[in-house]
Amino acid sequence: MTAVPNREILDVPTEENEPAPHTGEFIDDETVVRSQWQLFWKRFFRHRMAVISAIVLLLIIFVCFAAPWLAPYPKNHQNLTLGAVGPSAQHWFGTDDLGRDQLTEMMYAGQISLKIGLAVALISTLMGTLFGALAGYFSEWTDQVLMRVTDLFLVVPAIAILAIAIKKFGNSATTIILILAGLGWMYIARVVRSQILSIKEKEYVEAARASGASHKRIITRHLIPNTIGPILVNATLAIAAAIITESTLSFLGFGVQPPTTSWGRMLADAEGYVGTAKAHLLYFPGLAILITVMCVNFIGDGLRDAFDPQSSR
Amino acid sequence: MSTTDDVPVDELQSVEPERRADVPVDAVLSVRNLRVEFPSDDGIVHAVDDLSFDVFENEVVGIVGESGSGKSVTSMAIMGLLPKRARISGEVFYRGRPISGLAENDIRKLRGSKIAMVFQDALTALDPVYKVGDQIAEAITVHDRHIDKSVLHERVVELLNLVGIPNPVQRAEQYPHEYSGGMRQRAMIAMSIANEPDVLIADEPTTALDVTIQAQVLEVMERIQERTNSAIVLITHDMGVVAGVADRVVVMYAGRAVEVGNVDQIFYEPHHPYTLGLLASLPRLDEDRSDVRLHRIKGQPPSLVHVPPGCAFHPRCEFARCPDPCSTEVPQLRALGDLDHIAACHFAEDVAKLRPDDLRTEAS
Repeated sequence: MTAVPNREILDVPTEENEPAPHTGEFIDDETVVRSQWQLFWKRFFRHRMAVISAIVLLLIIFVCFAAPWLAPYPKNHQNLTLGAVGPSAQHWFGTDDLGRDQLTEMMYAGQISLKIGLAVALISTLMGTLFGALAGYFSEWTDQVLMRVTDLFLVVPAIAILAIAIKKFGNSATTIILILAGLGWMYIARVVRSQILSIKEKEYVEAARASGASHKRIITRHLIPNTIGPILVNATLAIAAAIITESTLSFLGFGVQPPTTSWGRMLADAEGYVGTAKAHLLYFPGLAILITVMCVNFIGDGLRDAFDPQSSR
Repeated sequence: MSTTDDVPVDELQSVEPERRADVPVDAVLSVRNLRVEFPSDDGIVHAVDDLSFDVFENEVVGIVGESGSGKSVTSMAIMGLLPKRARISGEVFYRGRPISGLAENDIRKLRGSKIAMVFQDALTALDPVYKVGDQIAEAITVHDRHIDKSVLHERVVELLNLVGIPNPVQRAEQYPHEYSGGMRQRAMIAMSIANEPDVLIADEPTTALDVTIQAQVLEVMERIQERTNSAIVLITHDMGVVAGVADRVVVMYAGRAVEVGNVDQIFYEPHHPYTLGLLASLPRLDEDRSDVRLHRIKGQPPSLVHVPPGCAFHPRCEFARCPDPCSTEVPQLRALGDLDHIAACHFAEDVAKLRPDDLRTEAS
């Protein structure tokens, strides 16, 4: 045995008498010590489709919201003599009956569609998380009441309610966001509740209670952070669902009204042109919705795999 | 704690607001006639039955017993952490003040600051999404919201250092999964002593660890006790741990205390056949007795739904005289000589004459 450095014998266990492998030298070695988030991003980046989708989606969002600077023509700029023509060098996505550049129109319409998608996902996720967390944590009658309310919202025919509500409250983007969120939080509530039901039995929750933490603190500091994976995945999917529902509503005539446009609205306006020379008016908004929703879904897939340490991807 | 649910009204009224005569003045924690029952499909589970004990300042009380003897339920009952369906009666006193009837908000202020708990499995008792340092800080901020950030950080590092975590500054920035098992348990201890509690309840703190780490963790707990003068309630099924650390011992069987005494009394002069049996079943390293078989307590611990009548231990007891009195009359805890050494056995006088070796038989 080599000479032991002249070191006071401490009664504190040190690296020397700590038998476990995770000690001293690992700390400076960044390849070994990885935080949860580093692992998370590593797994996410391994999901190729999700990464491509994230890039495409960010690009779509950027292009739409930078429309005032990027759009080739001003909004609602009409060229009545031109009329509806197909894609060309001047008008990449063609023009409509009033000679409006479809690329420009789609960029502005995308703002509304994306805004609705993101806002609905945000609000319904917050609502759902709150309901689910309270129901799961307090159980018994709180759970019963909240879950029966959730069931009630689940069984009402959403489209009919939407149509009536929009008739009554008008169809501004804000109203549509609130109504869609009000009809979309139940799915997240159920997922969060089921997660919380299992997480609240974990010993660290017991330990938090034993250290004097209040219910509010346990829910916000322990339960919800440990549920963040499923919450984020479902929030992503809620974006896609909201964009599609908004399109459906517009198609049925309950969506945003001109001069405000959304992709769904544009699709609805071009409804009669299937199989005609003006079919491009249908294809581009349809494609935009398709690509956006697909991207969002792939990102959701990627998030799900990244949050699940057992996933093999 | 939801004691009010099932306690008859007259019993509630009998709880004097003033200090009770049978609660010692200098006890930090006193448990009186604690009874915990859980309704189940098969009947009522009598988890803890008429348990009373005191914990004084600066002492380690070991609670030993087999799995299912009510040790953990007792600790949860003290903390007021039992599920609502549990029926609880009896009282818990903190420094002579009854705390078992307190509202959730009031008892919460005691948890962690005055009475803290170390959990058995540190792997699951640490939240995986927080850095260890942040979790310890959390335990402090729960009771002191306005503590200065830098003071807090210093305190966390100091605590980690106190429990013997090497490189505490870097270690505070790591997640529980980057810790080894022994370090997690020590981090857990750091968390529970963060507010310098008067009573530390350690529920089998060494069960999930190998003997080397066990020794380290126990040593950490002893060192902390010297530093903070807190009382420790050590719940374990390991007689060896109790012998090494505890000052006084409560031996539990089927939810009841069968023998209470200081560690020498329990280990050298057991008065209860169960304690005697446990000791006789321990291998001894200090003498070469390869020709002697270890004792075996016959049978299984009883189901807590159907606790045997009379003395719960009588079906397994070598000294039982059935039916009378062992299977008909519940033996009360009584002292033979020293007043602080009590055992619940009808024939404690006879048992007291025996030593663990007397139960061992020659190997064939």
